Amino acid sequence: MTQTKVTSAEYIAEALPDPIGSGSAYMNVGTSERIISAVAGLALMSFGLRKFSIPRLLVAAAGAALVERGASGYCPVNNMVKRDTSQAAKPESTEITKSLTINKPRTEVYQFWRKLENLPKFMQHLSEVTQIDSKRSHWIAPVPGGIGKIEWEAEIIEEVENEKIIWRSVPNASVDNSGEILFKDAPAGQGTEIYVIIKYLPPAGAIGGTLAKVFNPAFKQMVKEDLRRFKRLIETGEIPVSESRPSGKTPTAEDNSMDKIEKKYESPLL
Amino acid sequence: MKALCYNNVRDLRVENIPDPAIISPKDMIIRVTLSSVCGSDLHIINGFIPTVKSGDVLGHEFMGEVVETGSEVRKFVKGDRVVVSSVIACGECHYCQHDSFSLCDNTNPNAFMPEKMYGDTMAGIFGYTHAFGGYSGSHAQYIRIPFADIGAFKVPEGLHDDSVIFCSDAFPTGYMAADMADIKPGSVVAIWGCGGVGQMAIQSAWLMGAERVIAIDKEPYRLRMAREKGRAETINFEEADVLEALKDLTGGRGPDCCIDAVGMEASGSGFGYAYDKVKQWAKLENDRPLVLRDAIMACRKGGNVSIVGVYSGFVDKIPMGAAMNKGLTFKMGQMHGQKYIPQLLEYVQSGQVDPSFLVTHKMGLEQGQEGYDMFTQKTDNCMRVVFAP
Repeated sequence: MTQTKVTSAEYIAEALPDPIGSGSAYMNVGTSERIISAVAGLALMSFGLRKFSIPRLLVAAAGAALVERGASGYCPVNNMVKRDTSQAAKPESTEITKSLTINKPRTEVYQFWRKLENLPKFMQHLSEVTQIDSKRSHWIAPVPGGIGKIEWEAEIIEEVENEKIIWRSVPNASVDNSGEILFKDAPAGQGTEIYVIIKYLPPAGAIGGTLAKVFNPAFKQMVKEDLRRFKRLIETGEIPVSESRPSGKTPTAEDNSMDKIEKKYESPLL
Repeated sequence: MKALCYNNVRDLRVENIPDPAIISPKDMIIRVTLSSVCGSDLHIINGFIPTVKSGDVLGHEFMGEVVETGSEVRKFVKGDRVVVSSVIACGECHYCQHDSFSLCDNTNPNAFMPEKMYGDTMAGIFGYTHAFGGYSGSHAQYIRIPFADIGAFKVPEGLHDDSVIFCSDAFPTGYMAADMADIKPGSVVAIWGCGGVGQMAIQSAWLMGAERVIAIDKEPYRLRMAREKGRAETINFEEADVLEALKDLTGGRGPDCCIDAVGMEASGSGFGYAYDKVKQWAKLENDRPLVLRDAIMACRKGGNVSIVGVYSGFVDKIPMGAAMNKGLTFKMGQMHGQKYIPQLLEYVQSGQVDPSFLVTHKMGLEQGQEGYDMFTQKTDNCMRVVFAP
């Protein structure tokens, strides 16, 4: 089987469709309307909570709903009556790309990835992936802090054996996402090059937008570390670790945080 | 178990820490019989490598006795005497399979750190800060050896520990320095630094057929060792102008092969040294590249410069014009221990090289701070302090 090398146009993956906006990424309230909603909602809440009475409590509850509508940009009433004032604010997908070379034959690398049950072995944020049928799969990820889990379904929308897999989350996923992985022979018998593109829609609205800004770099790094673990697992059969306690002192939570390690190494050098 | 831990800049302490345990089936645990100080530890202890944390166990040059093996360890059984390469390599990635073990893709769990600092990740190293993997070091009673079948080597019967321990790091580093310098019969070789690695580079240069070996340092006792144990000619850089002396000694050509076995904390004199010292103190420069500058200026046209002294970050005032216009070849790197150790053990076994002369002091871990102070200040003609934990 002969192959051409990946070109930059391919790597930009024009073929990879955007995730379908649904779930948390979906907005149907325009910006000015959201501001009015939030301000009015706050006013109603402040009035409703000033003294205790049943009618005032109802007013406060209505206020809270308006505040939420303003912050998230999503209105269930709008949804029911098919009203959408958010034309100017369609969510934009965030794209992560990463390529690396794995010192194993292409078929082996492809087979390992295609068996989706393998993914949680190297994707740290996933706890379980189960194949529903040849195309659809069910994904479970714990929420950081152990306060529950999120689940979604994904489907493979295009697949060429030993060459590529393209998938997309089905509508109403917690985080709408799509992705593509290409498998190519590396030159001079160096194994397999993989090219991965992941697109996702950050949760929408004021809060969602802020969260996405805060978490995007961390999420990018997470995806890259996942792929590094994939390489290590498939090449060596394990994911090498140094001692969980390399230290003669009982480490504090602060000592262990990646933040601190990174800061410590970064400041004097860069 | 007891272990010698970094506490703060120039402050080491013996701590009681949990014994290591097998984590992966390819691991083994050894009881450390000898563990040596190394010049590169000083960069850590003096605070030039920023990813060291209080409590980290130091030490990366060692040997010992196998006490426990993981289920996938094939080469060793309990009781075997082994010497272990300082760099940890997986044996499976492209680099390992092409004998470039210190460039291993897979053994640094903190790969993101060197990736930011250096653009890619290299192999993990025992006891060498978190940027190099955060592995626990060998100045301890026990140590876990990941990928044991790749990194550990059985010690041939009848060899004394003192002759074998430097096959862990100093000998392969010196040997690789000579190998990279492309020494051929007839080559004139200049070696900066007469510490453990420099002494081993001298021995290795002869093994490769060098015509003459010229060693450069400022410590009279180290130069004496280079002359007596290494049959080298010597230059004391505090007494002579090195560049002039090297020209004078080589018929005006300069050495064919120049080896930097010093690295980032070179000492020297004059304006260049003061300039680097101040910049380093102000954290504007990590490394003092005095030796590298000299090696480039001294090297014969079309010659080879081989660097095994450790550099960590940025350097200033490298005479690139000289390097380019003189058509020099540069080769450098952390040593690929796994590639060289079997051959070096043969040299030791056959008696061609006996590195045991490097052991000038033996101590327990409790004297760790004292040992490093002695090694740093070069008191009592100290070449290498070796701990017997």
